Amino acid sequence: MNKGDRGGPGWTWGLEDDVFLRTTNRMNKVFKDALSALHDLQDGTTLMLGGFGLCGIPEHCISALVQKGTRNLTCISNNAGVDDFGLGLLLQNHQIRKMIASYVGENAEFERQLLSGELEVELIPQGTLATRCLAAGYGMPAIYTPAGYGTEVAEGKETRVFGNKTYLLETAFDADYALVKAWKGDRLGNLVFRATSRNFNPLMAMAGKITIAEVEELVEPGALDPDHIHVPGIYVHRIFVGTNYEKRIEQRTVRSRS
Amino acid sequence: MLDKNGIARTIARELRDGYYVNLGIGIPTLVANFIPNGMEVQLQSENGLLGMGPFPWEGEEDPDLINAGKQTITTLPGSVFFDSAMSFGMIRAGKVDLTVLGAMEVSQKGDIANWKIPGKMVKGMGGAMDLVASARHIVVAMQHVNKAGESKLLPQCTLPLTGLACVQKVVTELGVFGFDDHGFVLLERAPGVGVEHIKTHTRGFLTAHGSEPEISWP
Repeated sequence: MNKGDRGGPGWTWGLEDDVFLRTTNRMNKVFKDALSALHDLQDGTTLMLGGFGLCGIPEHCISALVQKGTRNLTCISNNAGVDDFGLGLLLQNHQIRKMIASYVGENAEFERQLLSGELEVELIPQGTLATRCLAAGYGMPAIYTPAGYGTEVAEGKETRVFGNKTYLLETAFDADYALVKAWKGDRLGNLVFRATSRNFNPLMAMAGKITIAEVEELVEPGALDPDHIHVPGIYVHRIFVGTNYEKRIEQRTVRSRS
Repeated sequence: MLDKNGIARTIARELRDGYYVNLGIGIPTLVANFIPNGMEVQLQSENGLLGMGPFPWEGEEDPDLINAGKQTITTLPGSVFFDSAMSFGMIRAGKVDLTVLGAMEVSQKGDIANWKIPGKMVKGMGGAMDLVASARHIVVAMQHVNKAGESKLLPQCTLPLTGLACVQKVVTELGVFGFDDHGFVLLERAPGVGVEHIKTHTRGFLTAHGSEPEISWP
């Protein structure tokens, strides 16, 4: 289709890489499950995955990736799951080529693959990770942050002094897909998150070229209060309902009633 | 000599009414148990919560509600959830008054190393680099010596740095340490610990006169 070919079939003018032609209708973003939503995800793709620890991870998207066997993935995610859940499942299968994360301390297989050189890893400060997502979603190519100045994180990076403090220039992420987990969503892609399972999910949802959201509950447009929507549907391309969430707890800490 | 709770209790004296505080994993978490009665302090958890409450009652754990240590927790009246960018936005903007974190090494210039042992431990920095680059007050809670018995208070850090010249106070089982232009300054001794003992176990330059008081709690 020619660029600038307005009024042709659909609303496709000006889009080189046509995200929504892959869905049937631009405003109906609903897919029946994770496998169909991830149908065109190829080997060698760069993915963002929401979640903090195991809290708010896109469990069903990860399962679908395991099932598809997609390989050579670059994953941007705060953590790397645990050995037998979350991104740990992709690590076990050697589906991840490179991992960009801030904290990976809960995963022995990760540590083994890193130390043996099987896995390429870029560890970056958590706030830098979050803000590089934010920049992508806000259309800003880069941000300045003081985090990591004077450390090995700063190696090779441009610095600039503002006031009496030195900042590092950090670029926005460029990810093909963002896989996020929300509490509720509607067919327009509007999303609402719950408690601390929000974490990186809204930021990554805004940063992906193709954003795929899995939700616990799919509601009719209008059911979500416009004042309470965390991510406007304009950022979200595909949505599906995930069933039987495992929501594994990493550290069960309680007060005893006795 | 202080135990872990003693270190936490000593650090709790740094709290002020109205403070927003971020507590790291380990001994720093224990500081929450020593917030003085009547003092209002809001705990920030960098995974996206301000106003962190205690652990839930057994059976009331919510997998969607955890702290930065991935522990199940609760909210309090007035608690707020937010995303990770806003969480680090408030940290970077200097809204967090006090950060307490653990360390593997602290240098006499206030540099801190706590995220990586090359070729050995690979865990990552998490939010530590952001916190030490921006919090208004940074206090380190740690053991004075490592497992091999070597001082963790050094002339220079040997491990990869987390932040430069950012630590204002160090509390160990042996005492409370500040900084001046020369290096570490002994401010208070742990109960029953003599200055010579502290000097012997501190490799960084240490100013200590012997007249430093023993730590006491209100």
